[in-house]
Amino acid sequence: MTVTDTEVVLEADGLTKHFPVRRGVRDLLTRERKVVHAVDDIRLTLRRGRVTALVGESGSGKSTVARLLAQLYGRTSGDIRLHGDSVTVKGGRKFRAYCRRVQMIFQDPFASLNPTHTVRYHLTRALKIHGRSGDTAAELEANLRDLLLRVQLTPPERYLDKFPHELSGGQRQRVSIARALGADPEALLADEPVSMLDVSIRLGVLNLLRDLKERLNLAILYITHDIASARYFADETLVMYAGRMVEGGDSETVTQNPAHPYTRLLIESAPDPDRLDRVGDLQPPEERGTGEPPSLIAPPTGCRFHPRCVHAMPKCSTDLPPRFELPANDDSNRGHWAACWLYEEGAAK
Amino acid sequence: MKEPVLEIKDFCVDYGLGDQGVQAVRDVTLTLHRGEVLGLAGESGSGKSTLAYGVTRLLPPPGVISGGSVVYHPPNGDSYDVMALNDAELRAFRWAETSIVFQGAMNSLNPVHKVSTQMLDVIRAHEPGLTPQARTARAQEMLKLVGISADRMDAYPHQLSGGMRQRVMIGMALVLEPQIVIMDEPTTALDVVMQRQILAQLVELRERLGFSVLFITHDLSLLVEFSDRIAIMYGGRIVEEARSADLYKDSLHPYSEGLLKSFPALRGPRRELAGIPGSPPDLRGMPSGCSFHPRCPHAFDRCSAEIPVLGVPSARNDPDRSVACWLPGRVPVG
Ligand SMILES: Nc1ncnc2c1ncn2[C@@H]1O[C@H](COP(=O)(O)OP(=O)(O)OP(=O)(O)O)[C@@H](O)[C@H]1O
Ligand SMILES: Nc1ncnc2c1ncn2[C@@H]1O[C@H](COP(=O)(O)OP(=O)(O)OP(=O)(O)O)[C@@H](O)[C@H]1O
Ligand code: SF4
Ligand SMILES: [Mg+2]
Ligand SMILES: [Mg+2]
Repeated sequence: MTVTDTEVVLEADGLTKHFPVRRGVRDLLTRERKVVHAVDDIRLTLRRGRVTALVGESGSGKSTVARLLAQLYGRTSGDIRLHGDSVTVKGGRKFRAYCRRVQMIFQDPFASLNPTHTVRYHLTRALKIHGRSGDTAAELEANLRDLLLRVQLTPPERYLDKFPHELSGGQRQRVSIARALGADPEALLADEPVSMLDVSIRLGVLNLLRDLKERLNLAILYITHDIASARYFADETLVMYAGRMVEGGDSETVTQNPAHPYTRLLIESAPDPDRLDRVGDLQPPEERGTGEPPSLIAPPTGCRFHPRCVHAMPKCSTDLPPRFELPANDDSNRGHWAACWLYEEGAAK
Repeated sequence: MKEPVLEIKDFCVDYGLGDQGVQAVRDVTLTLHRGEVLGLAGESGSGKSTLAYGVTRLLPPPGVISGGSVVYHPPNGDSYDVMALNDAELRAFRWAETSIVFQGAMNSLNPVHKVSTQMLDVIRAHEPGLTPQARTARAQEMLKLVGISADRMDAYPHQLSGGMRQRVMIGMALVLEPQIVIMDEPTTALDVVMQRQILAQLVELRERLGFSVLFITHDLSLLVEFSDRIAIMYGGRIVEEARSADLYKDSLHPYSEGLLKSFPALRGPRRELAGIPGSPPDLRGMPSGCSFHPRCPHAFDRCSAEIPVLGVPSARNDPDRSVACWLPGRVPVG
């Protein structure tokens, strides 16, 4: 299977978000308006029955993309399309209608559930809002049980009347997922759904997401800073750097044959148990090139990675690299691209 | 050649007293050797921080040390039990011989003082004999060692990125040239690129300055790569201890095995990921026998009845390994 053969659910095109920076006294004297270039020109496609991972370092704009897609933030420019129809919703009924189809799961399962309410309350509310609570008490009860079964909290009666603090982190995140499923959505936007969870229970939650993708044919956006987990759980992986997308393609290809110098740095830096005794060999970091993330108020011109890039050419600091398609050997790595001048036709590799 | 620096024996820590009390660290015996990086891994709540603060007697109430000894061996001079020190001796021990980078330390720099001022204050407080020039030289040298260039010395904490602040904290921990450095999750808040830079620096500094490191994290894949030995904690106890390579290739405790199988590998063939079913134990209702038994795929009758003791496994004739498990071959010799 290639990355381009199932029905498109949600698409973003040229998606951009600039946050205004609160101006200090001194700035008031100048006319200049400063903004944080949190997200620039994002293009992505979520397809039915597929997991798309969005990876990148802290502050690269991943959560902002998710919140834009969930219509929790208004966008500066660009387009979001649900089944091909451009959508902009500002609260109200249209917002609820959109939410029914596109649900978001947040990073912190401790903060996203109200501590004073039970699991039953949270799930009932989700079902009611989306008109799926059924006509009778018995139907509601059956729907509640069904939701808990879907997220493998069994037997359901053991969990229904528990408060969030009586659940473990993994169980809480399952309840958040159940709540999202209460809307019977087509797309799930999962913002670091496991990074607050203990390593020993992360896997269970990720396996659950994968299982839901298959059984409910969901389109899932999986946001993470752990590129190794993207290899395991996502069909397609997109890499973000400083608010821009720099590489994308089939997950196995992106993680095993990374093309963009930033993706390579990310992969080289990931902990690797098989690389015994190699840490000591690494160059001691110098102030230059240690890889401080760039300022997003005045992002580097040209390729945003150029100040840290070992391959940077003169052109890199002046011209923004477009997406270059990378050669495919077979179907499995079709659709692999990188936004880097190294891959311009005729560029010296 | 392997010389102990810190010997922890039968160490116990409780939170609260009497009926309200829970035991967070249980009968821990662990030795840190001179010049080594010893990794301490385990899931959240397993007692890693409690152990670290207990052995340096920095436990905040309601934590109480309820048993055990911690013997320190200075490079020259007589060994002594840290638990028996009076307050003045303890202060001297803490600063001259050990230092701790606390969990979340990067946010503990004082926001109103320059980085250099904070470091100079530490030096002044503990080495009052040094001249101002010598202090400045020492501070500059240390910041340079952790990769903060001289022109950033006068920065305030908020002007530095998270990674730079964390490096400043590591520099502060090393500036008095301690024998033992305890680091509690020093890199968890950083992304992998920054994390690797800091670890490489630490390993290099260790070679240059000759200190020992107790490195605490829940990220086992990180430890396997850069620590010399690893101890695994579960429910307040050490359940396995081994050289890093041995632990990775030949772990003996089912919990260690489960932890290792929980990490997706970035390189090489895709492995089957198993994870660990169930959830971490509750200190108020610790399972009987081996506290891992409700989650253990190999548990049998004895596991829920008797607590396994940590010892050299009979199937590996290797004094550098120990495990606490009732499975055949893992029970201590003799
Ligand atoms: N409401 C806001 N106002 C101003 N700036 C913001 C706002 N939200 C995010 N930013 C900025 O936008 C950039 C991207 O932030 P975002 O939270 O999307 O990053 P992220 O990739 O999710 O990072 P992390 O991995 O740390 O969660 C950051 O520089 C952040 O400081
Ligand atoms: N002040 C306290 N009062 C009561 N119990 C406490 C207190 N501090 C910690 N505990 C308990 O002691 C146990 C060990 O906690 P500790 O902080 O040592 O774990 P840890 O292994 O460092 O976990 P983490 O990886 O989350 O930092 C936990 O179950 C915790 O709930
Ligand atoms: S002692 Fe028994 S229960 Fe505990 S880990 Fe070993 S096999 Fe499992
Ligand atoms: Mg985020
Ligand atoms: Mg801790």
